[in-house]
Amino acid sequence: MDSARDLSPKVEAPQPSTLLQKLSFKLGIGVWRADQQFEGYLFLLPSLIGFIIFVLAPIVISLALSFHQWDLITPPVFIGPANYIELFTKDPIFGSVIKNTFWYTALIVPVQIVLGFTLAIILNMGLRWAKLYRMLYFMPVVASVVAAAMVFRFLFNQQTGVIAAGIWEIKGSLLGQGWVQSSPQLLTWVNTINPPDFLNAPGQGIWPGWALVSVAIFTVWKNVGFTMVIYLAALQAVPEVLYDAAKVDGANRWRLLRFVTIPLVSPTTFFILVIQMLGAFQIFTEPIIMSANTQRQLPAAAASIVTYIYQNAFSFTRMGKAAAISWVLFAIVFAVTILQTVLQRRWVYYETD
Amino acid sequence: MATSTYKPRPQAIVIPWGRIALHIILLIGSFIMVLPFLWMVSTSLKTSTDILREFPPKLIPSTFMISNYSTALTSLPFDRFYFNSLLVATSVTVLQLLTSSLAAYAFARLRFKGRNALFFLYLVGLMIPFPVLLLPNFLIVRQLGWFDSYLALIVPPAFSAFSIFLLRQYYRGLPMDYDESARIDGASSLRIWWSIIVPNSRPALAALAVFTFLGTWNDFLWPLVVTNSNNMRTLPVGLSMFQGQFTVRWELLMAASVVALIPVLIVYFFAQNWIIKGLSVSSGLKG
Repeated sequence: MDSARDLSPKVEAPQPSTLLQKLSFKLGIGVWRADQQFEGYLFLLPSLIGFIIFVLAPIVISLALSFHQWDLITPPVFIGPANYIELFTKDPIFGSVIKNTFWYTALIVPVQIVLGFTLAIILNMGLRWAKLYRMLYFMPVVASVVAAAMVFRFLFNQQTGVIAAGIWEIKGSLLGQGWVQSSPQLLTWVNTINPPDFLNAPGQGIWPGWALVSVAIFTVWKNVGFTMVIYLAALQAVPEVLYDAAKVDGANRWRLLRFVTIPLVSPTTFFILVIQMLGAFQIFTEPIIMSANTQRQLPAAAASIVTYIYQNAFSFTRMGKAAAISWVLFAIVFAVTILQTVLQRRWVYYETD
Repeated sequence: MATSTYKPRPQAIVIPWGRIALHIILLIGSFIMVLPFLWMVSTSLKTSTDILREFPPKLIPSTFMISNYSTALTSLPFDRFYFNSLLVATSVTVLQLLTSSLAAYAFARLRFKGRNALFFLYLVGLMIPFPVLLLPNFLIVRQLGWFDSYLALIVPPAFSAFSIFLLRQYYRGLPMDYDESARIDGASSLRIWWSIIVPNSRPALAALAVFTFLGTWNDFLWPLVVTNSNNMRTLPVGLSMFQGQFTVRWELLMAASVVALIPVLIVYFFAQNWIIKGLSVSSGLKG
């Protein structure tokens, strides 16, 4: 009898039978309780007010705004889809900020995932001082973006920056070497080594340009500890039994990694991929602080979609156009998220009980 | 096996080359993570001529210009920025936890008409990137007469669909029997929320608090857009103003960065386990 009690199912709400009941159950219509009608809304009220004023209404306003021309002074004028048409046909800067934003995402996200994962694997091997390393790698995550970006603006500076100085040093010592001096070809090559203008240099062909790459490097430095810590938590949740079983089957270290660890942390990889991409598509503070001049103008090679929204809204006071850009951003982010959700079925492994 | 023939061999000293290599990699990594901070402190103590002339730049300054700090700190009201940041981050955290916890309780444990439809609406809100909401929020705040005030800095961020979503997931995991037996004993929903749900969700609330506080403390875009006087600037915006004023006075910029960063890092050193856990749990919580 005791075992029967243990196996008895948990008491649940009565299961709906007809199709209509099923549908209403899904929609949460038929299962409400008379005494909780008023209460439910009372509990929701504080957040609902905020939600309506600062999320729902803004969505509508923003959409409407994107079909208007407005400089904040004269009354807004309805211009139909002209803002969107301008963006896609007459605005070469828009094309370049879209391209830059994709570059930011393409550089930051994979590098961060690979580095974060590798660091987590190493720190999970039971080395000494693992906690100390973890603390140091996570330190930039808690640092203010603005303050840290200012430091990198200094480090990457072409005139007084430490990185440029390092390159000059290396060049100087290479030129002093006998083996370099003995080869004229090598000598002319070493002579061409000069620190680039890390914060302003535009791209060329496929190369996105140092202005963008420097910001991407900073962003990876700032956030890699975060990715690492999330992976560490995921790695610690992988059951030891699976490794033992694979070892019994003769798997080597590489195969353990490839066929046990990577599939088992793939939900985490998916999660990191989604949030990092959302963040990278909306990059703003990093390029603004690292490379903007005092008028908050960025070198063309570093400008992102959000910096362009900011510039249109608050420097050129073209509110309608800025709103239109923000909806293009939404469309991109939405499409990428949908794509990831569809693709995840192919590579994300969910453990089923 | 012939165990009787076993003779103890002299123990060979095994050098763990693999581990040494890993430590070297990790040390180089640590160096890269920490060096920018050291360089910031070092530059903040140099003279401006040293920064311009000294080649190669040295990590240890030849003269220690403590006066850089007083110059930097008196040129802009950093104490006010600090106060603003603390006030804003604390208020937003408390308010957001309160509104989110109440809403999450309603979504997770109460049954009322339209609950799922409303929750779906919140999820839609969650999918809209902030830049889309930025301009209308700016316009609404201006319309309300809140521009350049604490209200603008605190009220809009005090609501978060993300926090509601996260707490709802957590609350759904708590046994429903708690509520039922409390109800039989005559407890109201408010009482159940405060005396049962909130105490039982302390880890989630703490994690969310860390996440929200740090996020608000470091936020730049929103405070940049809704403030325009020194009295209302938060630390990140104040720092960026400072950057606008002293573009190439690196020693002053770095001194200001040190002032902005060091207290946060000190808190981090003492509460690192808690902070790391809070940040990773609240963003890694999936169900």
